[in-house]
Amino acid sequence: METTSALEKVLRGVALTLVVLFFMFPIVWIFLMSFQTNETILSIPPSVIFTPTLENYQALITGKLQTASGTLDIAFMKNLLNSVFLSVSSVAIALVLGVPAAYAFARHKFRGSEDIAFTLLSFRFAPPLLVLLPLTQYFQWMGLSNTYIGLIWVYQLICLPLILWIVRGYFEDISADVEYAYRIAGHSWFATFRKIALPLAGPGIAAAGLLAFIFAWNNFVFALVLASADKQPVTVGALAFVTASGIQYGQIAAAIVLSITPTLALALYAQRYLVEGLSLGAVKG
Amino acid sequence: MTTLQLQNIVKRYKSQVVLDNLSLDVADGETLVLFGPSGAGKTVLLRLVAGVIEPDEGRVIIGGEDMTDVDAEHRGIGMAFQNFALFPHMSAFDNIASPLTATRSSKEAIVAGVGKVAKLLKIDHVLSHHPKALSNGQKQRTALARALVGSPPVLLLDDPLRNVDAKLRFEMRLELPRLLAAQGATVVYVTQDYKEAMALGDRIAVMAKGRIRQIGTPEDIYNAPADIEIARLFGDPTINLLDVTPKAAGAGIDVELSGVKVALPHLPASLAGRSLVIGIRPETLHFVEAGTPGAIPVEVEAETPLNEKTVTLVRVSGGREVLVSRPAGTPGPVAGTAHIAVDGATTFLFDKETGQRVAAAGQSAKTQGAAA
Repeated sequence: METTSALEKVLRGVALTLVVLFFMFPIVWIFLMSFQTNETILSIPPSVIFTPTLENYQALITGKLQTASGTLDIAFMKNLLNSVFLSVSSVAIALVLGVPAAYAFARHKFRGSEDIAFTLLSFRFAPPLLVLLPLTQYFQWMGLSNTYIGLIWVYQLICLPLILWIVRGYFEDISADVEYAYRIAGHSWFATFRKIALPLAGPGIAAAGLLAFIFAWNNFVFALVLASADKQPVTVGALAFVTASGIQYGQIAAAIVLSITPTLALALYAQRYLVEGLSLGAVKG
Repeated sequence: MTTLQLQNIVKRYKSQVVLDNLSLDVADGETLVLFGPSGAGKTVLLRLVAGVIEPDEGRVIIGGEDMTDVDAEHRGIGMAFQNFALFPHMSAFDNIASPLTATRSSKEAIVAGVGKVAKLLKIDHVLSHHPKALSNGQKQRTALARALVGSPPVLLLDDPLRNVDAKLRFEMRLELPRLLAAQGATVVYVTQDYKEAMALGDRIAVMAKGRIRQIGTPEDIYNAPADIEIARLFGDPTINLLDVTPKAAGAGIDVELSGVKVALPHLPASLAGRSLVIGIRPETLHFVEAGTPGAIPVEVEAETPLNEKTVTLVRVSGGREVLVSRPAGTPGPVAGTAHIAVDGATTFLFDKETGQRVAAAGQSAKTQGAAA
């Protein structure tokens, strides 16, 4: 055991505080801004003492944005629901397709399997704009532009490679002997997949699903190009706060707080799965 | 009747041949030990029988039925893995019960079946534990219980004692033959430990480089090793190997060890003049009084106890070192000069080039040490 001196402890504490301040400050500041009016936000010097107001949240939830030039309709709540729907469906579909595929890539080395897996990963290499132009055209021909199905399909470019590659690694980490043992005990390969591989890769699948969800949630450019107002997620919807009569900082802050809440909640909930040991002493190590 | 037959099995990984046209018959109820160094293909062979890997050529026949293309779950086999391969997310009970749940046994039958085998293996008190909470010995017993619980007609045991401590290994070596006999199953047991092989096997198949080099009873292997390598692997202390060039002596031959002639009357004169290696088991060497006919003068170098034996390292003239063993507690030489005698009839001769034994050893070779 290494002994740490008092000075070392203090320095470590200071360093940690600095890091936490650095990373948490923007979030705290946004949180404070969301309870202020545009006037107090823009006052100089800025102050942390103010009378909190809920009017930003009120405007978002009712969909009526009060600006200097009158009342504007905004679809923030609709956008939020769109975000939830698009991200959840995309991740769900990516899990249904990606987890069995990852298992196949991990366990069955067939001719060209590496190439196919790599091709799927390469979807992540290209800048989204590269695929967007042809996609816009195809989607118009196929009648998929500005549909949820079209968007969810495109979101697979984000979710599927991520889930496939992360989960594949977790499947590969499971000792093949453990699966063989279950087969030899008399269970079919599908039962082995369900009762052995899936539970053991559980933490990995949760991690991959969470990451895919965050990536899908934060996506901007696909939805910007392929969806119109009523199908847009919050990331695109936030553009509506840049109005002719100025930028609505208060509402933007409130919108950000509302839109990071689901991902934050999910991350906190999933944390225990992410840290759970994978192998649990399956084989002698 | 559950016999196991492997016919002309070939298995390659990339260009490497792991099993090279291997054939093997295991009789009903027999325990066959696969013995050999790591990389010999023992584990691959076992997995091939279990059905989790497929041979490139050849047939696997279990109980007279061709099972080559049958999936692992339909072969009716129990298997214990070297690394235990327990299901980490299930309790010991569920681990052991897995072969019973596969056959959709009733709950009562499962509880009774698991209870019985757990009691037999003395793990009935840890059934609710997960593998993480089990000691190595308990893990090993759980893995064994899982293999036994369904009373499979064929049992494959892949070095199950490899990862447990010496005390437990010794206990299990005593217990296993009784357990296996009670099962009445046809058993294939893989090990790298020659004592385990001799203690458990009805027959031993010695494997090397994907082939079976010799197959026979433990006594056969010990008393008539097919080549130098097998002679060296079986026996503790290891066999003494000395280069010799025999001379014809009547119908038989003589070899000269440190200037003393040792007669090998049972070997043919045709061997005279060839470059050979003589193998002398340490327990067939004896210390004798100076002046005894055939006594070879030696320099005593060191002495060490080995289980129930005492092993003496001696140096013969010419600098070659030889091991002599005798039952512990019997009088031995004092330090300095001593004399040993060789019974020519108990020695083996191997070809120096190929390592193959050139002729049968004498019949007088007793199985001393064989049961060690």
